[in-house]
Amino acid sequence: MTITDERQPGAPVVSLGMPLVGGSHERTQGHGTSGLATAESDDRSARLAAVRAGDVGSVHSWELVTAVDGPGTRMTVFLSGCPLRCLYCHNPDTMEMRRGTDVPADELLGRIARYRGVMKATGGGLTISGGEPLMQPAFVKRLLRGARAMDIHTAIDTSGYLGSHLSDEMLDDVDLVLLDVKSGDPETYRRVTGRDLQPTLDFGRRLAARGTEIWVRFVLVPGLTDDVDNVEAVASYVASLASVSRVEVLPFHQMGRDKWTELAMTYELEDTQPPTPELVERVRDQFRSRGLRVY
Amino acid sequence: MSTTAVPQQVEATMPAAWEGFVAGPWVDHVDVRDFIQRNYTPYLGDSAFLAGPTARTTALWERLAAMFPAEREKGVYDIDATTPSTITSHAPGYIDEANEVVVGLQTDAPLKRAIMPNGGYRMVLNSLETYGYEADPIVTEIFTKYRKTHNDGVFDVYPPAVRAARSSHIITGLPDAYGRGRIIGDYRRVALYGVDALIAAKKLERAELDMERSVENVIRDREELAEQTRALSELKAMAASYGYDISLPATTGREAVQWLYFGYLAAVKEQNGAAMSLGRTSTFLDVFLQRDIEAGVLTEEGAQEIIDDFVIKLRIVRFLRTPEYDNLFSGDPTWVTESIAGIGEDGRPLVTRTSFRYLQTLYNLGPAPEPNMTVFWSDKLPQGFKDCCAQVSIDTSAVQYESDDLIRDSWGDDAAIACCVSPMRVGKQMQFFGARVNLAKTLLYAINGGRDENTGKQIAPVGAPVEGEVLDYDDVMAKFDTMMDWLAQTYVDALNCVHYMHDKYAYERIEMALHDRTILRTMACGIAGLSVVVDSLSAIKYAKVRALRTADGLVTEYATEGDFPTYGNDDDRADDIAVWIVQTFMEKIRRFPTYRDATHTQSVLTITSNVVYGKATGSTPDGRRAGEPFAPGANPMNGRDTHGMLASALSVAKLPYAEAQDGISLTSSVVPTGLGRTRDEQVTNLVGLLDAYTLSNGYHMNVNVLNRETLLDAMEHPENYPQLTIRVSGYAVNFVRLTREQQLDVLSRTFHGAV
Repeated sequence: MTITDERQPGAPVVSLGMPLVGGSHERTQGHGTSGLATAESDDRSARLAAVRAGDVGSVHSWELVTAVDGPGTRMTVFLSGCPLRCLYCHNPDTMEMRRGTDVPADELLGRIARYRGVMKATGGGLTISGGEPLMQPAFVKRLLRGARAMDIHTAIDTSGYLGSHLSDEMLDDVDLVLLDVKSGDPETYRRVTGRDLQPTLDFGRRLAARGTEIWVRFVLVPGLTDDVDNVEAVASYVASLASVSRVEVLPFHQMGRDKWTELAMTYELEDTQPPTPELVERVRDQFRSRGLRVY
Repeated sequence: MSTTAVPQQVEATMPAAWEGFVAGPWVDHVDVRDFIQRNYTPYLGDSAFLAGPTARTTALWERLAAMFPAEREKGVYDIDATTPSTITSHAPGYIDEANEVVVGLQTDAPLKRAIMPNGGYRMVLNSLETYGYEADPIVTEIFTKYRKTHNDGVFDVYPPAVRAARSSHIITGLPDAYGRGRIIGDYRRVALYGVDALIAAKKLERAELDMERSVENVIRDREELAEQTRALSELKAMAASYGYDISLPATTGREAVQWLYFGYLAAVKEQNGAAMSLGRTSTFLDVFLQRDIEAGVLTEEGAQEIIDDFVIKLRIVRFLRTPEYDNLFSGDPTWVTESIAGIGEDGRPLVTRTSFRYLQTLYNLGPAPEPNMTVFWSDKLPQGFKDCCAQVSIDTSAVQYESDDLIRDSWGDDAAIACCVSPMRVGKQMQFFGARVNLAKTLLYAINGGRDENTGKQIAPVGAPVEGEVLDYDDVMAKFDTMMDWLAQTYVDALNCVHYMHDKYAYERIEMALHDRTILRTMACGIAGLSVVVDSLSAIKYAKVRALRTADGLVTEYATEGDFPTYGNDDDRADDIAVWIVQTFMEKIRRFPTYRDATHTQSVLTITSNVVYGKATGSTPDGRRAGEPFAPGANPMNGRDTHGMLASALSVAKLPYAEAQDGISLTSSVVPTGLGRTRDEQVTNLVGLLDAYTLSNGYHMNVNVLNRETLLDAMEHPENYPQLTIRVSGYAVNFVRLTREQQLDVLSRTFHGAV
């Protein structure tokens, strides 16, 4: 299935009026990694060593996408595991690393190599997303290095909360950071994510100082992140980062609702409606007024 | 003597119409490609030069558009039930005589359909009855008592095996009761040479044939040539009835369009073919238009007006068909396919200003499925043209793309598409349209020892049915392989009967008059249900599939446990099965001799009949329930492609074109936001995708850029969307003309939010 989330504004998913094949083809664990050989190890300590070395990572799925997750047509790899617990998360099935499938880095790099021609023809590249990719820095490092060695454009999609895991050495292999700034007000940030805002702010400043290109994403949730002052705080922070080349305001949607139910998790936004077009425009204007390129 | 190759201007002894053209072999014998190569002007710029519609064009189109609701309501606007159509059967017809730049209609009034009984009289009777018209007793007497039809002939010779396979729908859509179509006359010849020269050339060919002994094939060729020559005379007479003498070459751009259109019009007056394609005309016509523009006698607005008017005529080509036929083909298609652009063998793009002008008609007249605009895509096309195509696709969804590289390698740089994906050298090649076989049903026959899963009837020769509860991959594969042997033999048998009789009773006189005498014929076989078979075999191989039997041992349902790789995810485990099927069935087809020694080819293309095929097919091991639609063409099954549109396309791109030379069709749907945030981004990304797909050996792609909401609203309020066009497996259809079932099928296809 096509994962629809806030990265794909307005993109409808049409459910099929027919039984899913082989039990399921939608949210079965591991199906998203089809086509990739998985790493099987009964030896827990051997597995841990491989994970620590970055030889193996916990992968949720991969997809070839266009117009989201960076320029051109990209291979986006969704890694499992996230330190945040965002109330509006559309992919709660990526929150826990144990739900992912162990995939060797070399296997994934082989798949990436296969799409070199596609990436070249479309001006695309590799995007490492999640979950939070920086939960698995060693694995991410392997992927970035491998992609760079193949002369492939690289992007990393992160909340920045674990920005300190991304070393300067690793950043040398990153062309673009998709930085989710989930709120400008620390209290709101904590309410939305359960974590502190400060690490994200620090990470963005570090990127700007290095001159690493940034696309900022801000998910607009009515009643949660839409407060004028909260948006102002995000906007003025973003405007202070010289290397930001675009801002994407992503209207909240309810496409992920049933995943929460399936996972037997409590979903607080059950009754939240997507923002009105007027609200979306108001927020975009708040960013635009600072001279930012906003979508 | 100088050895430098100086371009030869046309000499004084040659027709004045050729003044200014560079001479070459084309002046001595019919060779349109040579004329184009020596005389066309590639255009490397963008679309900024294009002109909008003139007031005259808009008024003419509106006049017609006012008639469409009544036609849609009733199914037809009007029928002439008493005059079997020939090239000269009807008096001249006009939309608005004083305001037409290009003239000619199939009958004496716009949208009035003619009867063409040579293909089969029952189809005519059924159609008349459906729409409430009385059949003419004299015509009925002629075609039931005195004049045998193609349909009668075929049923005189079908062996029982073919009849059984046909009635069980394992072989379907055979052109045995309707015109086969898929033949492209080289209508450009009429404009370049004039009809007299073409008749003279046919007489020379006849002289050659007269020197050979009178054996069966020579006699047949002579008779066909005589018919061709007669048809050319009728073409002249038909043009004369509109006040045009087309004995000699066209002298202006407008005349070139008019001459060419008369040639095409003669074909659609004479044949109700399943696809009546136009060829590759835009760059040819550009030579004439460009000459007028350079001479200062034609403006851009004038050139566009001529093309707009021509396209108006192509949009109102109509045939009388039954609702069953329309169900099979979805809507009421004529497949007036025009092949545009591509790269020449010398590396120069075959893109001209008129290539752009054709696409511009989709703005000047609004989007429409006909003519079927088909761009031969190569990453080497000029950027301005690529961007224009992508923009038009995003705005109208009315363009399909074929791999120029694959087509040029096989068929040269003057090939065109018949129907949706079938390429052929224009004027030098024709195909025997073979419809297709249902491979999903074939797999079920293999499992059931040749019995039909719906009726229990023994259709194929008795074989050992699958035993035991759990299906074994090697066992099923062996049985499937054997069943395909039987199918290939029965299929080629059927096609030989069909095309023998079509040549005999419904010969395409004018279309073949616009071909060389010696041509390549292909026997275009086709397969349907590829993705169902792949996923079913994959399920048997990688998961556990249990067969559920009825009391008399017929397997009618399957219970599948576990995950298995599916076609459409760029996963070699599944895709290798797809490649194996295409190669294997082609190899089996090749074993059986064909009528007129036609070259065997194959297509993976179900047009839009995937709904009809699915309805006739029981449950399959992949989890598809009985009666549910197949995926169209070579598409992966709906919703099983989980890694994005391009990954899905890359699975399809693995099917080897050399084993499917009649074409491999892929339909992709995307919402505009799935291509980018801005117009520029969307254009850039779509161009990138098309480049990536063709560079990966992808053969064909339909691009539907639409919103689900749009389609839902169109289902509820068809009157608001008379022109809503979507591309479905090689063909653009009017969405509101689809049945509700077909509309739901379109909706259920994965809309790729992210491409």
